[in-house]
Amino acid sequence: MNAKLIIDIALSLLMARWKQTLVAAIGVTFSITMFITLLGFMNGLNDMLDALILNRTAHVRLFTEIKPKADQPVYEHPEFKDNHNILHSIRSGNSRESIYNSGAIIKTLQQDNRVIGIAPKLKAQVFFNEGNIDITGVIDGIDVEAEAALFFFNDYVVKGNAADIRNLANTIILGKGLAEKLLVDIGDVVQITTAQGESFRLKVAGYFQSGLQDLDKVQSYASIQTVQKLLGKPADYITDIQLKVRDINDAPAMAKEFATTFNIDSEDIQSANAQFETGSSVRSLISYAVGITLLIVAGFGIYNILNMMIYEKMDSIAIMKATGFSGKDVNRIFMVIALSIGFFGGLTGLVFGFIISSIIDQIPFNTAALPTIKTYPINYDAIYYVIGFSFSMFTTFLAGYFPARKASKVDPVIIIRGK
Amino acid sequence: MSNIILEARNISKVFTDPVQMNVLNDISFSVGKGEFVSVVGKSGCGKSTLLYILSTMDTDYQGELWIDDQKVTGQREQQLAAIRNEKIGFVFQFHYLLNEFTVLENITLPGRKLGKLSTQVLEDRAMKLLRTLGIEHLYNKKANRISGGEKQRVAIARALINEPQIIMGDEPTGNLDKKNSEIVFEIFQQLSQEFNQSLLIVTHDPEFAARTSRVIEMEDGKILRQ
Repeated sequence: MNAKLIIDIALSLLMARWKQTLVAAIGVTFSITMFITLLGFMNGLNDMLDALILNRTAHVRLFTEIKPKADQPVYEHPEFKDNHNILHSIRSGNSRESIYNSGAIIKTLQQDNRVIGIAPKLKAQVFFNEGNIDITGVIDGIDVEAEAALFFFNDYVVKGNAADIRNLANTIILGKGLAEKLLVDIGDVVQITTAQGESFRLKVAGYFQSGLQDLDKVQSYASIQTVQKLLGKPADYITDIQLKVRDINDAPAMAKEFATTFNIDSEDIQSANAQFETGSSVRSLISYAVGITLLIVAGFGIYNILNMMIYEKMDSIAIMKATGFSGKDVNRIFMVIALSIGFFGGLTGLVFGFIISSIIDQIPFNTAALPTIKTYPINYDAIYYVIGFSFSMFTTFLAGYFPARKASKVDPVIIIRGK
Repeated sequence: MSNIILEARNISKVFTDPVQMNVLNDISFSVGKGEFVSVVGKSGCGKSTLLYILSTMDTDYQGELWIDDQKVTGQREQQLAAIRNEKIGFVFQFHYLLNEFTVLENITLPGRKLGKLSTQVLEDRAMKLLRTLGIEHLYNKKANRISGGEKQRVAIARALINEPQIIMGDEPTGNLDKKNSEIVFEIFQQLSQEFNQSLLIVTHDPEFAARTSRVIEMEDGKILRQ
């Protein structure tokens, strides 16, 4: 009963000053709209830029580092093993690039339910022979299906068919920059020479465009079998095992665990790409700062309007107090006024924010560097809407708090005797 | 239950700003049920100050105030508001109606705050009061669209809505012309005689005071005669 009465009175006061109310609510609406649009757009861009790297990066990568053995033979020797030996010019001659026992490792990983995908890989350094010029390049031997499922490989094959490198023998997908350098088209044949000096002829099955130009100038892909043949290695020869894990935050721990279990080197995505996280968080921080600044400005608007309303309504406040409304009731009336401006202004702001985001989402955005992006990216994550709305309620609460407290302290005797 | 509605016991009040001054000095009196009391005195004799203390709005005083056998002095702000709401009806020199509301809403507001009766019952009661006061045709008008005399009558209706123990008035006819003053006085008298309503009215109009059932005369913060 009391709550309904207070809301009734608050709404009547609001309606009596509906123009000012509207201005205050538009202030909130505007800032929430900008907040939502800004964050949606910024985070859309963030996601896109992150995806550029992160989508194509394994959460955990297992490989064998070429390095000297940690336990050198001198420490095995009974005469010297307790000494402090100083060794010079150690070579990593006996280590090899391939992963030992790769078949068994993959089988074990397939049993592990923290792992959602496994893609083996094989890297080979080659020269592409263009007349008498040799262009250095890298051919990755990949399992096309696994690569497509885990790293969206198909999205980046801009011409030709990715599956061809598996289905047709001796085929290759070239980076777009590399293909332009070599002046070849699909169906043409490129001549390559491996580091071991062997020459091969591979048929071009498609172009690949990653969005990173430097990468596209050297990178190309072929099936694992083709690359094994280039290198003259057996069928279990692979150099990398790439894993996607269920929870990316577990990646560092799992990388360590696998390194000890399989006696292998490992790298997790967090240590490999720390700079991207930093960039994203700084961009988010800027958008939050701008959004909150807008809201604070709107908050001052509400504060002013409420203050003015209280001066105008001194008489009403005095008589309400004289007829039995307590300071608390008066306080509540003005808080309801402030919060309903925040509530409706904020809600409309969310709607407008969504509409503007959707409009930006339709604007064409074509760039050679980003083959998969056709329009400006927008992130519609509900959390920005929740944050925006909470902020609008919070700032209007603060903006209403002080004027409401002032109203609750109005002494009716002073007002009534002053007449 | 005693017959006394309101009792002041040795009430004093001191202003310290700008100079120390005894506004009220050891005031004691009581108002019984159905009494129509007027307080008169020269401007600045403290009669309005006394009224605001009796109305519980001013809490800065020495002495004790009892309303309806309940000690009011020292109660918390919220309880005082509840006492004003239920037991005291106010009529001021200025009407203090809320312009955003209609006449009917203005009258029912204290009743809705009290929350004992439904809005429907309150509106019926408000209509009955308007009829008694002869202004029932105004019920749906906004408060700023009616004349000064009508406003004051609406303010009286608002004071009566919760059937208070006592009506307090601070120069209720001070802003009105002769004819409207007469109407307001007649309403008060009718309330006193027909409904046994207690009234305590501060006025400087000797004519008005002479016609009430009891006159309290004040001078320099003291009661001269009662």
